[in-house]
Amino acid sequence: MATIVSLDPRVTRMKIEQEPASAPEPKAELDQFPTFEVFHQERTGAHHVHVGSVHAPNADLALLVAKEQYGRRGQTVNLWVVNTRDVVTMSAEDSDIFVTTPEKNYRDVGAYMVRNKVEAYKKQQGEKQA
Amino acid sequence: MNRDAAKDLLTRMADDVLILAHRHSEWTGLGPLLEEDIAFSSVAQDKLGHAQALYAIMHEHLGAPEPDAMAFGRSEPEMRCCHFVELPNGEYDFSLIRHMLFDASEYVRWSALRESSFEPLAKLAHKIHGELKYHLYHAQTWVIQLGANGSEESKARLQSALNEAWPYALGLFEARNGDADLINEGVFPGEDFLRGQWELLVHGILTKAGLTMPDEFAAILGGRDGYHSEHLNPLLVEMTEVYRIDPSAQW
Repeated sequence: MATIVSLDPRVTRMKIEQEPASAPEPKAELDQFPTFEVFHQERTGAHHVHVGSVHAPNADLALLVAKEQYGRRGQTVNLWVVNTRDVVTMSAEDSDIFVTTPEKNYRDVGAYMVRNKVEAYKKQQGEKQA
Repeated sequence: MNRDAAKDLLTRMADDVLILAHRHSEWTGLGPLLEEDIAFSSVAQDKLGHAQALYAIMHEHLGAPEPDAMAFGRSEPEMRCCHFVELPNGEYDFSLIRHMLFDASEYVRWSALRESSFEPLAKLAHKIHGELKYHLYHAQTWVIQLGANGSEESKARLQSALNEAWPYALGLFEARNGDADLINEGVFPGEDFLRGQWELLVHGILTKAGLTMPDEFAAILGGRDGYHSEHLNPLLVEMTEVYRIDPSAQW
């Protein structure tokens, strides 16, 4: 029967030393190119929209291959590529930080009373013209 | 306009791209990277489109047979392509260098043809300008990457491929008897002019790639008169197989 060395069962299974004598060996470099995220712009002035990623050794070649993967069909006027490592993101587990309690409708645009004022103004203008 | 001379010009331009499109398409499924495989095949498809558009102009305006008959119905001595486009693909170094040298020539030629007095040709030149710009961008990005930013091996291989390709590439600019009329009529600026522009453009790319432009060599000529390398016939046999079984086949 295996001795339980940690409360994390993965550590026990993998026989990871609790206090290693030496620093772990560096991992071998990946045998694949890094990935670049591709952003596609459909019309001049439109937002660049994320459409996917490509493998490439550097940004120049990422842009080149992105042209073929994402600009070949449909309307395109420009592309951006960004090394995937440069994309800073939140953890999926933290998606609950975007949840707000529903009672604070004073923070929502729909709660503003501007519409009433606009409609009153329009009505007033209409009466003047009539 | 000297129609025979114009026909000769368009035939050799169309035959060059038709045969090189076929060579490029031989890389489909075998490219060094998935994305690059798709890009190279896409360039081949564009090239085929350019050949078709040229044959269509010849059919409509110069009394040539239908585009399919021009592309698939001629025998080897009737073809007017140069030896450069006939050569087998070899390894990717040679294919890339050929792609760059050829597309630099296409870019220079078609840029000038936007001013052609032969209206259908000028229209086509405007239409395909973006594609040709992309083809040159694709070729030179790879050549600069593997020349200036690659390894010793990739640079040495490109240089050796360049030295091998050079005399063949000069054959792209083989002048013809009827050219003088076309130059006078403003149909195109002449092969010598185009070669001068091409050398400037290629020199700039090679400098960025850290490669050395070969010294002057005698150009390998003959394709424009129907004398071809031994590599053309096997290519034609394969390319025209379906057409020879049934010229009216649709696919």
